[in-house]
Amino acid sequence: MLALADFLIVGAILFCLSVAGIFINRKNIIVLLMCVELMLLAVNLNFVAFSHFNQDISGQVFVFFILTVAAAESAIGLAILVVLFRNRSSINVDDISAMRG
Amino acid sequence: MFEQIVFYAFAAGLIFAAFMVITVRNPVHAALFLVAGFFASAGLWLLLEAEFLAIALVLVYVGAVMVLFLFVVMMLDINITVLREGFTANLPIAGIVAFLMLAAIGLVVGRHHFGLTEIPAPQAAGADYENTAALGRVLYTQYLLPFEIAAVVLLVAIIAAIALTLRSTRQTKAPRPERQVRVTRAERVRLVSMAAEKPAPADAPEA
Repeated sequence: MLALADFLIVGAILFCLSVAGIFINRKNIIVLLMCVELMLLAVNLNFVAFSHFNQDISGQVFVFFILTVAAAESAIGLAILVVLFRNRSSINVDDISAMRG
Repeated sequence: MFEQIVFYAFAAGLIFAAFMVITVRNPVHAALFLVAGFFASAGLWLLLEAEFLAIALVLVYVGAVMVLFLFVVMMLDINITVLREGFTANLPIAGIVAFLMLAAIGLVVGRHHFGLTEIPAPQAAGADYENTAALGRVLYTQYLLPFEIAAVVLLVAIIAAIALTLRSTRQTKAPRPERQVRVTRAERVRLVSMAAEKPAPADAPEA
């Protein structure tokens, strides 16, 4: 039988992998955004697992809202990225550290 | 038994996809591995009887968000080699931090706290249980205000994305039809009165 711990461990591995991804892809904003999406996915997995094992559907409602906010976040993040690339011709994090306007 | 095989297959697929997302060289491949990870995650959610969210994850994430990612990645002309600088330098510290975090979380969420004896597995829902209906019933009664706020968040995201990327017509060389139609003759043609023939210079040598 599958226990709640199995799902939580998968979520933990996923979260730690995305933290490591943020460390090793420090220069690439696109991969950083993807790592944030992976983190949100790990959190969502925990929410759904707890919702199932506690027989409480509120957890799934929260996952619904997290999906909404994550979609909005990635849309705005990618729009900022496109504007940034137009101005700087680069998505390197080091190139955008100076706020010269 | 079948349940466990499905769980381990999807979990292994999810973790493999996540590992490839953070290590693969090409951002396009990373986005495609992220799509595979979302599919595996949707499989896990189906196992947890969250059918509506599993389908929503595939439709919203794979269908919209990841296509947006791929679109942006392919549209921008990115120099990958510059962006890979520091990959190996940061690898050890990333591994150490990830391992320590995993160890800490693992101590908390292991089987001795969240095992089957502490939290028994619930009865599988019957064939007459509808996850979508149950979710909708809660969403439109108890969580109605948060639902509407989520709608406003999406609207703000749409407006923000358009406002950020919209180029005003002053910057582009696109024609403006309303000005083309309203143009008058005086703006385009200037009549100059001048002699029909140029007089020959007096000291020009005879041919």
